[in-house]
Amino acid sequence: MDSDHGVKGKCGVEASRRPEAGAPLDLEELRERLRRKRGPELWRSLEELAGTPEFADMLHREFPRQASEWPEGVSRRNFLQLASASLALAGLTGCTKQPIEKIVPYVRKPEQLIPGKPLFFATALTHGGYATGVLAESHMGRPTKIEGNPDHPASLGATDVFAQAAVLTLYDPARSQAITHGGRTTTWSAFTTELGEQLRAQEALGGTGIRLLTGTVTSPTLAEQIQQLRTRFPRMAWHRWEPAGERQSFVASLRAFGRPVETRYDFTKADVVLAIDSDVLTRSAGSTRYQRDFASRRYVRSNQPRANQPQQPVSRVYCVESLPTNTSTVADHRLQLAPADVEAFVLALAQGLGVAGGAPQTLPQKAVEWLKAVTADLQAAPGRSLVVGDEYLSPAMQVLLHGINQRLGAVGSTVLYSEPVEVDPVDHLVSLTGLVQDMNAGRVEILVMLGVNPVYTAPADLGFAAALAKVPLRIHHGLYEDETSERCHWHIPAAHELESWGDARAFDGTVSIIQPLIEPLFEGKSVHELLALLAKQPGVTGYDIVRQHWQPLLGGDFEAAWHKALHDGLLPDTQAAPAGVAVAGGAVQQAAAEVAGSVARTRAQQDQVRLCFRPDPTIWDGRHATNVWLQELPKPITKLVWDNAVIIGPVTAAKLELAHEEPVEVTWKDRKLRAAVWVQPGVAPGVASLSLGYGRTRKGDGDQDEEKTGQGFNAYALRTSDALWTAPGVTIRGLGGRYVFACTQNHHAIESGIQSISPQGEISEDSEVRKASEEAERRHILRVGTLREMRADPDFIEKEGEEPPAEMTMYPRYEYKGHAWGMAIDLNVCTGCSSCVVACQAENNIPVVGKEQVLRGREMHWLRIDRYFYGDFEEPAIHNQPVPCMQCENAPCEVVCPVAATSHSDEGLNDMVYNRCVGTRYCSNNCPYKVRRFNFLRFSERESPLYRMLYNPDVTVRMRGVMEKCTYCVQRIEQAKIESKVESQPIPPNRLQTACQQACPTQAIAFGDINDGEWDVTRWKADKLNYAMLEELNTRPRTTYLAKVRNTHPAIDAIEAIEQRGAAERTDDGHS
Amino acid sequence: MATLDDAPLAKPYRPPVVAPGHTPATVTDKISSVVLQRTPKWWYPAFGISFLLLMILLMAMTKLFLTGIGIWGVNQPIGWGFAIINFVWWIGIGHAGTLISAILLLLRQEWRTSINRFAEAMTLFAVACAGLYPVLHLGRPWLAYWLLPYPNTMGLWPQFRSPLIWDVFAVSTYATVSFLFWYTGLVPDLATLRDRAKHKLAKILYGIPAMGWRGSAKHWHNYEVAYLLLAGLSTPLVLSVHTVVSFDFTIGIIPGWHATIFPPYFVAGAIYAGFAMVLTLTLPLRAAFGLQDFITQRHLQNMGKVMLATGLIVVYGYAMEFFFAWYGGNHYERFAFLNRATGPYRWFWASLLLCNFLVPQLLWIRKVRSSPFGLFFVSMFINVGMWLERFVIVVTSLHRDFVPSSWGMYRGTIWDWATFIGTIGLFLSLLFLFVRLLPLISIFEMRTLVPDAKGSSTEMPR
Repeated sequence: MDSDHGVKGKCGVEASRRPEAGAPLDLEELRERLRRKRGPELWRSLEELAGTPEFADMLHREFPRQASEWPEGVSRRNFLQLASASLALAGLTGCTKQPIEKIVPYVRKPEQLIPGKPLFFATALTHGGYATGVLAESHMGRPTKIEGNPDHPASLGATDVFAQAAVLTLYDPARSQAITHGGRTTTWSAFTTELGEQLRAQEALGGTGIRLLTGTVTSPTLAEQIQQLRTRFPRMAWHRWEPAGERQSFVASLRAFGRPVETRYDFTKADVVLAIDSDVLTRSAGSTRYQRDFASRRYVRSNQPRANQPQQPVSRVYCVESLPTNTSTVADHRLQLAPADVEAFVLALAQGLGVAGGAPQTLPQKAVEWLKAVTADLQAAPGRSLVVGDEYLSPAMQVLLHGINQRLGAVGSTVLYSEPVEVDPVDHLVSLTGLVQDMNAGRVEILVMLGVNPVYTAPADLGFAAALAKVPLRIHHGLYEDETSERCHWHIPAAHELESWGDARAFDGTVSIIQPLIEPLFEGKSVHELLALLAKQPGVTGYDIVRQHWQPLLGGDFEAAWHKALHDGLLPDTQAAPAGVAVAGGAVQQAAAEVAGSVARTRAQQDQVRLCFRPDPTIWDGRHATNVWLQELPKPITKLVWDNAVIIGPVTAAKLELAHEEPVEVTWKDRKLRAAVWVQPGVAPGVASLSLGYGRTRKGDGDQDEEKTGQGFNAYALRTSDALWTAPGVTIRGLGGRYVFACTQNHHAIESGIQSISPQGEISEDSEVRKASEEAERRHILRVGTLREMRADPDFIEKEGEEPPAEMTMYPRYEYKGHAWGMAIDLNVCTGCSSCVVACQAENNIPVVGKEQVLRGREMHWLRIDRYFYGDFEEPAIHNQPVPCMQCENAPCEVVCPVAATSHSDEGLNDMVYNRCVGTRYCSNNCPYKVRRFNFLRFSERESPLYRMLYNPDVTVRMRGVMEKCTYCVQRIEQAKIESKVESQPIPPNRLQTACQQACPTQAIAFGDINDGEWDVTRWKADKLNYAMLEELNTRPRTTYLAKVRNTHPAIDAIEAIEQRGAAERTDDGHS
Repeated sequence: MATLDDAPLAKPYRPPVVAPGHTPATVTDKISSVVLQRTPKWWYPAFGISFLLLMILLMAMTKLFLTGIGIWGVNQPIGWGFAIINFVWWIGIGHAGTLISAILLLLRQEWRTSINRFAEAMTLFAVACAGLYPVLHLGRPWLAYWLLPYPNTMGLWPQFRSPLIWDVFAVSTYATVSFLFWYTGLVPDLATLRDRAKHKLAKILYGIPAMGWRGSAKHWHNYEVAYLLLAGLSTPLVLSVHTVVSFDFTIGIIPGWHATIFPPYFVAGAIYAGFAMVLTLTLPLRAAFGLQDFITQRHLQNMGKVMLATGLIVVYGYAMEFFFAWYGGNHYERFAFLNRATGPYRWFWASLLLCNFLVPQLLWIRKVRSSPFGLFFVSMFINVGMWLERFVIVVTSLHRDFVPSSWGMYRGTIWDWATFIGTIGLFLSLLFLFVRLLPLISIFEMRTLVPDAKGSSTEMPR
């Protein structure tokens, strides 16, 4: 981070800010900047600290500006005078007295702090305004890891990828580190002075010219503060723009119920679920909780329920979709339909249930049969069935779903309506449009933007940037200097949520207090502190603001209640109140007509493609663009990293004559975007998707290296206000050539001679992706069966493989007398959400390697999630398989290491001794599961010094040339053993968790002592569904899998069986 | 195989081992003049280019040590690439020397005499090149000594179950014995050079390694005993080294590696490659130094025959690999070999068959066998083919193994090539120094082959 200032200046990236030639070096400012530098990066060097253009300019010149400014006609005499003076003065520097700095040890140790032992603080992290309760792990004052808060309803102990990666954002060197005015570093007091003047002027006008722009706000304190601000400025306006917010759901709820209502689902009660193009399990505010609830009805393993829940029948899940979703990877049946057919399907379903009228819809034959089966299934479980969509369905479709759910009796059981969680909910699009109109009309004098980046995220047709230029005073508050801050007068660095006080509500309304774990690293200000300044309360701390808000509300013994709220991480009984609403019949009819119209329109435009915008699965709306963990996290299903892509299906590719990875020009109305296509099996014909958040022009300070921050294509450039999620008819034109995407699984489709999409849109047999999936199925790597098969023959999974007898080894059998650590992974509930991957990365100090190294196949994740397409390759079922180290008892890696750097522990762990490793990579070659990762270069050493604060002190940081791999979180095991020794108690069953297990929202991972029957893992391993990957190799893996068992519908099963036989015959022909 | 024994049966005409008209004196004159006369003009550019290539090696190694092996194309899942391919390739080339020196000596193949010195030197240089790679390819090359069993404060031995440790022993033993064998054979010739050298410095420099050789009967006796013993020692090494090298693969469980046929077929492959390289180098040098009298048609033909025979063994190995992949019924094996022939690296495999199987069949033709140009042509193909063989074994086996999610592709980077070309530079530099400074054909042994010498007092040292 530090050195980049200099580099940036030198390269002239910020040439516009370079002072006029001859401007003196502003030493005052430099001192000021120096004074503000603090924290870990203290004293690097003066030049680095003073990352100002002047300084860069000075570096650029051979001599300081002052020195080179000779007056005209310097004589030899003058020169000698100056030279001698310099010499004399140079000697004087030696006389500088070093300042006395005392270091003092703790005289009295802070309470609770034991060096080497982490502390956990309950707090909350927000995403898109909604909170998830978390426990933040702090090592000697440094937050290092985020875990879910088991008591919090949105978490139940698990997290999503964003929460896991939040600590990295905290230490992100790209964060803005100083208040700037016109791009120049300045001070908070300068800001307060200027703002104070401007506000005083506004006071007289009642604040007509003041505008606030925020994202979704759920914070009660912030709501109160804005209210207070309104008392000072009654005519001030508050606008909202959450680029990936739930705006269509909002509109749908207005249309269906006449007022804003929050829709929640209770998957625990749902026997039958029909998901329509729905990513509700991974892309909604409550998704972490939904996954848990969903999974609770999907455990086929016999020895569940966990913790005394009665065993409920396994639910049945149908997915009808045009774009593959995480939800469909855990569905029993997946029906891939073109977008118009999906709409027609829902309409036909509504008609079948008598919810909507209208002309009957034509559907593909397969869909018709499906519809029959699904309708019957849904109707057979009144009150226990659920049709779920998500934000990205059009409002009309969502209204239809509301109507269907009401007819199915789901409301109050599987579907819950509650009062909105968002403060003062509005239509964000209307809100933002209003702001732009006001700005264009010159009605906005002061615009304060809190944590938003509208220049980048606003719909392209609004012309936000142009309108913004007309505002006389523009203030941006955010974690990063971004596209918006560039166009603002002031940029105020925001404090990270781990650095500041605050509060927020979860998807169900539960309030959490956000407490800081560390002083702001860069003197960021929280949104509360900034608002306090606007409300003329300068100097009030965030702590006081939040406490003052809650003091009257908590009442009674405030201190006790406050303490408890902080300790628990939530305020009990603060859920949003249920809303007793009913769908207006007319609304459904109107929606049905609208959907019918949409179907007809789409079908008429055969040659056009429907482009769907989606928040990116890892960097969301672009706010995580500098978070390298999330950038390098393989996106579920595509396994792309560092990029987004125009994702199309093979049929569309064939029709448009596009090659895989071909650069294209996408045209939506009169807007054009250059991007590149990614041909993805599982995407229906006639649809493309492009995720938001990429193609940014300014991603914060510091590391602007494209390789490190991702490239991609700016979807916002096409996203207009009438097409926030769906551009119904875009044209995609191939430009030829190739854009290189980095992908972590079977990337070499092209090199292996695929290309090969036939004119019919079939992906060739040669395609690595296809071959890999077919081989995985043939090799029984990921085993899938059906409940019916299981009932007919409980051993059917075991019979797929062939385990050699235990004595088939040269070496004597080792008896594991003490602990024997093992893991089991239930494939039935793995949604591929990837929380475990980021959790593993955070826990184990796993480096990030960048796009170029991923292209070379050198990503470092210890835990990967493999994805396979089974069945008909054109309409595949998609499966996930998390793969950590198998910790084989007969480990092939151990025998071949020449220096015994990997060897077996007496607890059955396949230990990796980094210090001993010389790096022959033989172990990795010989690992049948390919779970070992090698430090080909200085991956860890290259990282910013700020990131070093993030390291888990219990885990060695590996140097270049050293092999590494999953250790089953051996540091946690050792911690547990030490504790058990101290307490003279055995490790309590299921108390010890690996990082991946702890983060998993669906509890798909069990870990523990397989010598002890009390642990879940032991029970899972005893299950009939338990199998070892590649067991015929006699490696005796300690990590085993529970096979995926689908609860299929017999009628649909029959259709699929016929198709699969056809596919199998085709495949066999290809190989015989 | 052809022998020199005078059998009563009428034999087809065989060209002599030494061209007619030579006496022991002319033999000595001719061979020692190569060393003692003025340096031929072509030597300077030849050595210069080799030396430049050697500098590329230094550059590549510097970059490698500073940056890490990430500059190469190796990745997950292909953990071994050019380094191991080249290691095996060079080691294979290094086999001809010992085979010619030791085994042919024991089998009384006199024709070996004119090529053994040269082949031994080539062996040494090839082993030197090969020996670099296992160290270079380590992630932390500065810890390479941990592979040696030495007493240390860590209280740790190497892990003796690992074939890489066996490799350390096999290769280092081979290098040592080869050197001793070569040096022992050089002693009488060094003395000759010492005696014939005119320059004082040359006299001293040749005199020291000649170790006071005066050609007394006792000297000859000791020499013969030592030489025979060393020949006996090296003979098993010819078989063992490449067998152990093949263990690097066979001990692994990767389909395409895990095969019992590897040891014999690796050894045959090594001899095949070694002879090809001997021919590649001998033919131009023979022309350059005018040694057609000592390296005759006979030698060329015999070497061609050895190549043909070993080449067929190698091809048999290929066939057996495929047969067992099919016959064994193991799905992974079957897939691996199908992938070898039809997967993304199928062109490497097809080229391998062209180079190692189809082209060498030309050696059935006597005309090709006895034409320097034809032999050079074929041996170049074999050189490339043997490199491809190692590529196919190392890379195509690794790139698609058990778990399909982890399949990958491999491509050598510019630094892979720089290192490879650099070791060729090292090899050639050493070779040109050798041909300039030491007699590339054994003088005293050649003298025994001169028809006059038969039955004279100096017996062939057997």
